[in-house]
Amino acid sequence: MTRESRLHIPQPAARPGDEPDFSYLHLSPAGSVDKPAVDARARDIEYLSHDLVRVLDDDHSAKGPWDPKLDAEKLHTALRWMLLNRVFDERMWQIQRQGRISFYMPATGEEAVSIAQAMALRHGDMCFPSYRNQGLFMYRGVSLVDMMCQCLSNTRDMCKGRQLPIMYHSKSGNVFSISGNLGTQYPHAVGWAMASAIKGEDHIAASWVGDGSTAEADFHYALTFAAVYQAPVILNVVNNQWAISTFQGTAGGERRSFAARGLGLGIPGVRVDGNDLLAIYSATIWAAERARNGHGPTLIEHVTYRGGPHSTSDDPSKYRPKNEWEKFPLGDPIERLKQHLIHEGYWSEEQHEALIEELKAEVLAAWKEAQKYGTMTEGPWLDPASMFDDVYEDPMGRFDGQRRRMLELEENGGDT
Amino acid sequence: MAQMNMIEAIRDAMDITMAKDPNVIVIGEDIGYFGGVFRCTDGLQDKYGEHRVIDAPIAEGGIIGAAIGMGVNGLRPIVEIQFADYIYPGFDQIVSELAKLRYRSCGEFFSPVTIRTPCGGGIRGGQTHSQSPESIFTHVSGIKTVMPSNPYDAKGLLISAIESDDPVIFFEPKRIYNGPFDGDPDKPSVSWASHPKGEVPEGHYTVAIGEAEIVREGSEMTIVTYGTLVHVAIAAAEATGVDVEIIDVRSLSPLDITTITESVKKTGRCIVAHEATRFGGYGAELAATIQNDCFYHLEAPVSRLAGWDTPYPHAFEWQYFPGKKRMVAGIRKIMEAAA
Repeated sequence: MTRESRLHIPQPAARPGDEPDFSYLHLSPAGSVDKPAVDARARDIEYLSHDLVRVLDDDHSAKGPWDPKLDAEKLHTALRWMLLNRVFDERMWQIQRQGRISFYMPATGEEAVSIAQAMALRHGDMCFPSYRNQGLFMYRGVSLVDMMCQCLSNTRDMCKGRQLPIMYHSKSGNVFSISGNLGTQYPHAVGWAMASAIKGEDHIAASWVGDGSTAEADFHYALTFAAVYQAPVILNVVNNQWAISTFQGTAGGERRSFAARGLGLGIPGVRVDGNDLLAIYSATIWAAERARNGHGPTLIEHVTYRGGPHSTSDDPSKYRPKNEWEKFPLGDPIERLKQHLIHEGYWSEEQHEALIEELKAEVLAAWKEAQKYGTMTEGPWLDPASMFDDVYEDPMGRFDGQRRRMLELEENGGDT
Repeated sequence: MAQMNMIEAIRDAMDITMAKDPNVIVIGEDIGYFGGVFRCTDGLQDKYGEHRVIDAPIAEGGIIGAAIGMGVNGLRPIVEIQFADYIYPGFDQIVSELAKLRYRSCGEFFSPVTIRTPCGGGIRGGQTHSQSPESIFTHVSGIKTVMPSNPYDAKGLLISAIESDDPVIFFEPKRIYNGPFDGDPDKPSVSWASHPKGEVPEGHYTVAIGEAEIVREGSEMTIVTYGTLVHVAIAAAEATGVDVEIIDVRSLSPLDITTITESVKKTGRCIVAHEATRFGGYGAELAATIQNDCFYHLEAPVSRLAGWDTPYPHAFEWQYFPGKKRMVAGIRKIMEAAA
């Protein structure tokens, strides 16, 4: 008799056709997790890495020590930006489906992460985003037109046609250039934070990766360097349960939380309800205060759910139940904040619908404007010779002949 | 003028740039308190402090990744990778990030990192301490790659690299750290003390990235080479009596192709030589370009002389190393082909 293999192959709780099952998610009641002082040692606050910091309760009230007690204006701001992120993503999805852009990646269901953290950080703090952090760019002042022009690779494209759609950057907004290679930005954030400390400045850095990318070496390099040098950095893991078709268990999430990844290095981990804007905001303020006061890095895991496909090239119905998001126990971050605002008496369904319409009009107007700078089928066009710019500070000599040849071919179709 | 070996020249380049610019920092394994396994950073931590001469964990990908972030935040990091053979864990950070950052952000972000790393064999290092991976990096758009062959160039090129806003991979042929090596392991070693290129000016000077140097003028043949093999080529040329012109490429990318093609047009014969393996190597780029640009001037095929296409062996180092014997045979063969 052949012996059965003892190799463990992690399996998600539900596949297409199955009833969604999130029993594997450890949840804590809203308001139930203690909030320690910012100078607490990692070993004394390990509970933060397996409990779940939540503020917004099922009855829509804000509860417990992590409640940041944001005023109505801040709450409105947060809701507006999350909604804008979603409306923008929905429009861009349609635009891709119409063949007007080549590719898109929505942040549907994860909007609270970017918006809450953008609000909690200071402008001088440097963000090293992942590809689903478009909310950071929006909040930090990149116009919708500029983001759309990037996706169009048109004459106003900040990337001059060099990058896949959504790979934005913003020097003025202090948001780093998005790479298509996963996790590479994590050590950059740590190095940036080390430089800030070397220079005696109090700016901090923050970076984001998904649950899947925590398996990359860069994640572990970053944690090591952050711990060794006590770098003033916030390292975020956005655990949306899915890395394309790979569920979080395959990245190593079955036995311990991603928030616990730093404990072996003495980095405190905070596991936070990633669909609870108030909890994220509060955890970020706490981590930022730690960093700014010389207490080093913090790892924050945001427990959320990727409500949409990975990208426009993905079809999640092939690998997960269609109604999984509906059954996700932490709900929808926008709906939860909206209900909280209504509960507090700051908001109504009517106002909400009106805001959505206003934002849709804003996004549509931006799209009309963006197309004036060129589309995939109509000019104006970028100068293809610009592909030789910015490779180096000054072009290499050998580029001259290549640029000339490329332009000759453009002009005469190659009849030389 | 001071007489320096390559280690002292490299250290002097870092010292001068660190004194001049507080944003220059050094990070690497064993480089701080200890001063580096080859002593290149000896004394720098005493002089500039632990915050500017930083001992790093053994994680080349982390060192390079963190250095990129430091560069984005206004520092000018010099990374030491202890052996070029150890650079591969940092390869993604070099190729996908360091090299591409300026391009993908259209100049909004860049990181002026210089990566110093000892390369090459002849020191009984076996396959993990002897490699010459330069062609892997010259193939990558967005970085510059240089390899000096003497103390004067080492200092001047390193200052250029550190002061450049473009990332530079700076290869240090470790066999010639302490003296020029003509490829004959049985001869007593020679120091830089009496070599004209061991005379190094004090203070700041630069050797421009992108300029080759004719180190020996000749009329019958051109040898295009760099690093340790510059000295092997000189010794071989003298042994054959052939009037060989020898070009030290120094800067592999950007490449000073004009100096090379002018020489080959004059001599009509060319050997391209490097210590790295031949197949797909940097010599293939040189040979193809020389053939293309000098075809009607050539009296013989452009020939390549390189390390064998095997890993660098430990016990058979001198059978592997493209030394004087092979170089002499190569020169004679080309002269016969042309006769």
